[in-house]
Amino acid sequence: MQLTPGSRWKSAVCDTEAVVVRPPSSPVALECGGQPMVAIKDERPAGLALDPDFSAGSLLGKRYLDAETGLEALCSKGGAGTLAAAGRPLTIKEAKKLPSSD
Amino acid sequence: MHTALLLDMVAGSFPDRAALGPSAASVSYGELAERARAGAVTVEALGEGSLVFIGLNGPTLPVAVFAAGLLGRPFAPLNYRLVDEELRRLLARTAPSVAVVDDDMLARVAGVEGVTLLARSDFEAACLDPANRAGELAEVEPDIAVLLFTSGTTGEPKAAVLRHRHLAAYVISTVEFMGADEDEAALVSVPPYHIAGVSAVLTGVYGGRRVVHLPAFTPEAWVEAAVAEQITHAMVVPTMLGRVLDLLQARGETLPHLRALSYGGGRMPQPVIERALAMLPHVAFVNAYGLTETSSTIAVLGPDDHRRAIASDDPAVRRRLGSVGRPLHSLELEIRGPSGEPMPAGAAGEVWVRGEQISGEYLGRKLIRDDGWFPTNDSGWLDEEGYLFVEGRLDDVIVRGGENISPGEIEDVLRAHPSVRDVAVIGLPDEQWGERVAAVVVADPPVEAETLADWVRQRLRSTKTPQAFFFRPALPYNETGKLLRRALRAELAAPVPA
Repeated sequence: MQLTPGSRWKSAVCDTEAVVVRPPSSPVALECGGQPMVAIKDERPAGLALDPDFSAGSLLGKRYLDAETGLEALCSKGGAGTLAAAGRPLTIKEAKKLPSSD
Repeated sequence: MHTALLLDMVAGSFPDRAALGPSAASVSYGELAERARAGAVTVEALGEGSLVFIGLNGPTLPVAVFAAGLLGRPFAPLNYRLVDEELRRLLARTAPSVAVVDDDMLARVAGVEGVTLLARSDFEAACLDPANRAGELAEVEPDIAVLLFTSGTTGEPKAAVLRHRHLAAYVISTVEFMGADEDEAALVSVPPYHIAGVSAVLTGVYGGRRVVHLPAFTPEAWVEAAVAEQITHAMVVPTMLGRVLDLLQARGETLPHLRALSYGGGRMPQPVIERALAMLPHVAFVNAYGLTETSSTIAVLGPDDHRRAIASDDPAVRRRLGSVGRPLHSLELEIRGPSGEPMPAGAAGEVWVRGEQISGEYLGRKLIRDDGWFPTNDSGWLDEEGYLFVEGRLDDVIVRGGENISPGEIEDVLRAHPSVRDVAVIGLPDEQWGERVAAVVVADPPVEAETLADWVRQRLRSTKTPQAFFFRPALPYNETGKLLRRALRAELAAPVPA
């Protein structure tokens, strides 16, 4: 799984889509709903189901962070699954709200 | 990350929300996405290369920005205010390209080799054509998003290269996705060929704030649009703000809907911002500092900073009204000396910056270092709390007998004199000192040079006191408010015929 900046991924088990904003410092699997995400253009593997332990949902427009590897992803489509890296749920990175400048 | 994805996210989730134009005839995010797609199909069929835009502001600007992005081609807005010869020279540099041109400007740019012209009215019609909307587009790897020709105050315009990753990083690190309330509307009056005109398209769309474009700036049009459209947010360059304030005062207009006004693109004279704060107490003011090569803003002086500074008796706090605030959290900023050594607080040097939004690149020339640091060619210093004071372009710093003298500081002092309407301080060649300090002054009522010299000498060191004063009816500015110091230097340094 090449998590290069700008690469786009979709959940194997829900509607979630994400784009990598910052790559991980060491290789890690980006997951959603308990399953590895698949490249946006690839077919979803058949027969997988949403893991209830990873079903807190993802929110469109939020930035998600894995503190351990620095992996950061922007949710470009929300869904039912939880975004995670190697089983660790990602946390929402609260944007430091900036006054409008342009 | 591709900037087209930003529009996809918004159009996919809020297709019916108003995106562009006056509230009575607005274009929705869904419609913007459809037009951009049809525009891309149209341009692709016409030829290869950059998508050039020569025309006034309007909803067609964002359509063209995103159409270029969908095609993976650079978007290159050109300055239609240039004289025909210069405009044609820049256009020739974009070849091969397809140029969307305002109908009444077509004749000015006809016949440039390698450039396919498309009248704006034809482009607009094609964007509404169902056949184009249904057209197929190939997936592209995003690369160069925007080519912006810098204003050329220091020579032949350079084409700054902004890639999708720079602009997308700027947008997602500074704007909350759909963070705007539905009643918010931004008035964009900077022209399409200014970095703020381009970034306003992207941040407006991603933040969900309706964008109202002023076709071209006049104070009357600005105030009338702000009132009619109940504008809540706007960005202006310093020369615009002074003229808007004059008009507001003359009309007794207070802009009750306006919540935030940001300014940038040049040095803001302190009396103007003080007047703005007094006249519009309900407005949150933001000073945004950035360069084309940094994808717009890299430091901001926020509304609270403004309020604290204006209310403070502490000179160190008060003077921050003349700063550009603190660097964005998403990037690093340092002041470095001539040999690259970091400078301590209070000491001036060159402003260096590093971050994901920093391009620091021109066509054919990269100024950004391998470690990601970019020398801005701006001179500045940081105070104890990290507020950045920008003194101007490094090339404008006057070196008199080995002493570095910043024109901005002397200009501020002169501008505070009651007779001084406008002023530029420049360095002129001097046999003894290398350079001497000269001031070009617009005065009303007239004032003696010696009076102004005393005024400066009492407030600054004698080495900073101009040795020559020139009086002029006006100073030369380009249309985005940048003082053309080079033109003044060239004029005044020329040998005077005996």
